[in-house]
Amino acid sequence: MAKKGSALVIPLVSITLGFALGAVVLLATGRNPAAMFLALFQGFSGVNVSAGSFNPRYIGEFIIQSMPIILTGLSVGFAFRVGLFNIGAEGQFLAGSMGAIAAALWVKAPPGIHVVLVLLAAMAAGGLWGAIPGYLKARFNVHEVVMTIMMNYVALNLNNLLIVDVFGSADRIKTAMFPASALLRDPALSALTNGSRLNWGFVPVLLAVVAFWFVIDKTAFGYSLRAVGFNKDAAEYAGMKVNRNIVLSMIIAGAFAGLAGAVLTVGTFNYGRALPAMEGYGMDGIAVALVGGNAAIGIFLSGLLFGMLKAAQPLMQSQGIPKDIASIIQASIVLFVAMKHGIDFLIRKIGARKRAEEVSEALI
Amino acid sequence: MPSRQVGPCYNNPVPYIIEMLDIVKNFPGVRANDNITLRVEQGSIHALLGENGAGKSTLMSILFGLYQPESGSIRVRGREVKITDPNAANALGIGMVHQHFKLVHNFTVTENIILGLEPRSGLAIDRKKAAARVRELSELYGLNVDSEAKIEDISVGMQQRVEILKMLYRDAEILIFDEPTAVLTPQEIHELMQIMRRLVGEGKTVLLITHKLKEIKEVARTCTILRRGRLVATVSVESASEESMAEMMVGREVDFHVDKAPAMPGDVALSIRHLNVRNAKGLLGVKDLSLELRAGEILGLCGIDGNGQTELVRAITGLAEIESGSILLKGRELAGMSVKGRLDLGLGHIPEDRHKHGLVLDFRLDENLVVHSYGRRPFSRRGVLDSGAVRANAERLIAEFDVRCGEGGATPTRAMSGGNQQKAIVAREIDRSPEAFVIAQPTRGLDVGAIEYIHKRIIGERDKGKAILLVSLELDEILDISDRIAVIYNGEIVGAVQASETNEYELGLMMSGSKRQAA
Amino acid sequence: MSILLTMIPIAFVYASPIIIAALGGLFSERSGIVNIALEGIMMVGGFAAAAVTVVLEPLTPAAGYIGILAGVAAGMVFSLIHAFASVNLKADQVISGTALNILAGGLTVYLCQVFFNQQRTKAFRVGLVKLSVPGLSDIPVIGPLFFKDVSPPFYAAILLVVLAWFVVYKTPFGLRLRACGEHPQAAASMGIKVAKMRYAGVVISGALAGLAGAAMVLTQDIQYTLASVHGTGFIALGCLIFGKWNPFGVLGAGLFFGFAQASSIYAKDIPFLQAVPLEVFYMLPYVLTAIALVVFSGKSVGPKAAGEIYDTGKR
Repeated sequence: MAKKGSALVIPLVSITLGFALGAVVLLATGRNPAAMFLALFQGFSGVNVSAGSFNPRYIGEFIIQSMPIILTGLSVGFAFRVGLFNIGAEGQFLAGSMGAIAAALWVKAPPGIHVVLVLLAAMAAGGLWGAIPGYLKARFNVHEVVMTIMMNYVALNLNNLLIVDVFGSADRIKTAMFPASALLRDPALSALTNGSRLNWGFVPVLLAVVAFWFVIDKTAFGYSLRAVGFNKDAAEYAGMKVNRNIVLSMIIAGAFAGLAGAVLTVGTFNYGRALPAMEGYGMDGIAVALVGGNAAIGIFLSGLLFGMLKAAQPLMQSQGIPKDIASIIQASIVLFVAMKHGIDFLIRKIGARKRAEEVSEALI
Repeated sequence: MPSRQVGPCYNNPVPYIIEMLDIVKNFPGVRANDNITLRVEQGSIHALLGENGAGKSTLMSILFGLYQPESGSIRVRGREVKITDPNAANALGIGMVHQHFKLVHNFTVTENIILGLEPRSGLAIDRKKAAARVRELSELYGLNVDSEAKIEDISVGMQQRVEILKMLYRDAEILIFDEPTAVLTPQEIHELMQIMRRLVGEGKTVLLITHKLKEIKEVARTCTILRRGRLVATVSVESASEESMAEMMVGREVDFHVDKAPAMPGDVALSIRHLNVRNAKGLLGVKDLSLELRAGEILGLCGIDGNGQTELVRAITGLAEIESGSILLKGRELAGMSVKGRLDLGLGHIPEDRHKHGLVLDFRLDENLVVHSYGRRPFSRRGVLDSGAVRANAERLIAEFDVRCGEGGATPTRAMSGGNQQKAIVAREIDRSPEAFVIAQPTRGLDVGAIEYIHKRIIGERDKGKAILLVSLELDEILDISDRIAVIYNGEIVGAVQASETNEYELGLMMSGSKRQAA
Repeated sequence: MSILLTMIPIAFVYASPIIIAALGGLFSERSGIVNIALEGIMMVGGFAAAAVTVVLEPLTPAAGYIGILAGVAAGMVFSLIHAFASVNLKADQVISGTALNILAGGLTVYLCQVFFNQQRTKAFRVGLVKLSVPGLSDIPVIGPLFFKDVSPPFYAAILLVVLAWFVVYKTPFGLRLRACGEHPQAAASMGIKVAKMRYAGVVISGALAGLAGAAMVLTQDIQYTLASVHGTGFIALGCLIFGKWNPFGVLGAGLFFGFAQASSIYAKDIPFLQAVPLEVFYMLPYVLTAIALVVFSGKSVGPKAAGEIYDTGKR
């Protein structure tokens, strides 16, 4: 029990420090931190404290902002469990989005089935985009970090190319609207939340969170993934197929990120978009995974936290608080988590090495 | 055997360049250096002899500034000094040639030597001056090196000479060599001996840490023998015999013996024939080695660390490739078989490095106990883990093997003591009931109680008819529980005897290469 | 052919920030610290340069150059965070770098809002004036290419390449720096303060990346926006890998990538390239880097100990 408690300390301390730093930055530039916190509160609860009003539209927007980053968080977190840093979640996200657009525009299917096919296509595309660096890592030991960053940019340009030249675009920015059967949208949900873009995407998100937990904690495959991530030597020695695990987990990680792309493209939006720059869902996923301790429930909660930050941005801007304070806070939290992990790693290594020294010197 | 103390003689005063007086060094639970006094004559080769754990490396690390002693003093050239870190040692003219070289692989020989003390010409490094100085030192001391070659391209012997040149470039007067011949070919060893004589001829002093009696006899003037952290004697090498030095190295008080019934060896379970295995440096670590392991017998393999045991165990278990030769388990050839294949066939292995190969420290104890069998029934059904079965298995093993853990199967393995971690590994392996066991350093770092328990279990397995190869650096352990003993030296089996017919002295001689005995 | 000649100056403009930032990455990695925050540092440098330039422009014609200095300084200060996290706290260098990239985006736009009340800096009029070298610019063919109306960062890039080569391979500092990146234990055993060298490596990378960002904004744009750097920091990483962590290799790779970017503008004028979609040109540097990664992967060309946490106690 003590161990579980201590695992919460790093993220909680880092979150607190991150917000504290944000407040300091605001104060230093003549803004009121209280306004930011009020905006955050309104962003996820819909309650406007000063005006005493309630608008469920904010809750809907909060949920849809959280959904894609929970999924990219699952993507990054899954790869972390096997000891890989999946910065490529951004590219796998875009690949998934492309897969979703293709299935939405080119496949004809009855409602209910169509949207499932769209999601599956997105997962397959994302999985493929993850398989490539995974295979290169396993086979040639190509470091996944720079490789996946390159693939992110390739995906971005590929997306724009496809939107304009293949999927067809009247204005070089958007594709045609998707048929309703391909969408996660539902007017009922929108009405429930006073016109927000809330959609059925939360169902695949929740299923994904459960799937993550199940695969990692409950299956033999997840056992071997965790073993490889913790101690590659011992895993290899016990006969586990390390390379195969690396490729498989990158495919799964890619599928999670690809699903996020679909949830955005056929949920929040209903058309494909050419993008001038990457939108950062993958980067958000890194923050979510790190703060969530790479565990299913942690990722879910930290995804909600960062989703809250994103959702509150327009509110902040309208209060005179530059919305970019959210990125500053997010980056600080990640930095503090990394620093604290570094300190812990040091303490553990020093402790273990001292013990090892003592042991080897104790040979009589 | 009487030993002659070497000391100042009033007819011919010999100055001591190094004096380490009454050095005491403790580590938690053990006194690594217990009031050791070492006096080194200037301009001589002084050997430091002892088994693993005798305290010789600790003593030299103190001299080189890596550790601080609890008490005692150090005098260099007659003046008392405090050596706080290696830079201070360097400033005093003390240099150390480590067992594991510290050379930058893609720098040249010259660059490695001048690193940190580069000759300059303006803003740039004066490479001409550097090369000239290296050549000068190299000729003076007979250290043949190719000054523009890259470290990764030169032989181990030349790399060692680069390490020596590093020290000489910094005007080291006293050079400490830590087991220098462990990584050299016979020809290179011969060259090194000549280099040492040359160094001394030019007025340097050499401290040689070693366990190889022949080499001590060949070059050293004086030899200090340590045992279990204490000084046994300091002798003049000329007048001491190899036998007397070996006796002083391994002699010990009689210790706790395990009661065991005589062995009843059966058929050959593991057969090793003409095995050749390369070590990490590309040299042959195991040379044309043949060994037979019978069911119901404990064969103890003893030898000083670095003589091929590690490579032999890796070859048998499948972690290293075999250059040539064969290993047969129950008549099946193991060469080329995967690790898992060998384990499934009936090989058990308690690895030397329990943290690297034996356990996933970040797993819970129950998870570690199923690391070989997690994918099969009853622990998994159709890919899904049955945590109840995993837990029940852990509870059974914990009870049977008395593994102390705070929270039962849920204990994080990292939090367990070394002894209990080892017990867990032993439990897991014994439970698999393999035909042949390879057990490497099973009681390293464990307390007496854990040692006793594990020894009992090993003998218990032997009584069940298992074949056991026990590889250990502890002569105590080997003599206590083995039925037969084989000695490995320099990658070869130099002797195989019945445990009841031999003693420490004979084994000590074989372990240091001074005696050979056919099985 | 004439198209090629018009493309060359444009290629130089694109290549210069890539080369300079890649040199920064070189110093950092050579000391043993992986720095993927080049992108973020470029943003910080670009913002500082744009802000200072726009403020000083009415006051002095040297505003652009003071802006460059501001960019260098800002880059150095920003990189100290990475140095502290990586060297003192032994944090994972890739995570630290990623955090800094996110922070840079947020911080620069935030400060734009604070100082200029919009999500970009105010536009400056001129930025950096193109230079012409009298006399040399009259040499046929070569003159107009290299000495007339050349963007100053190009000269800076060439100078820095030569300087970097000299420092890294010819000076004691360079030898020690490389030792820290290849085998820090060996360096420490020779009395070198590894932590200090690594700080130096990271701060130099901050200065150079800051310079690159400043140069980029002042020569390719009229203001700083969130999209000003658009991944050039990552292209610089690719340039470093493609150039095999060697200053002259970086120069070659950077010019190549600069050409690739310039081609995207002129593709419509070059017959056999007309049919190729623009995005293919944009992708080219990244694809090439990916290929380089695979080709070089087995040969471990980078500094051996880069990215590993340096354990002072390991002997």
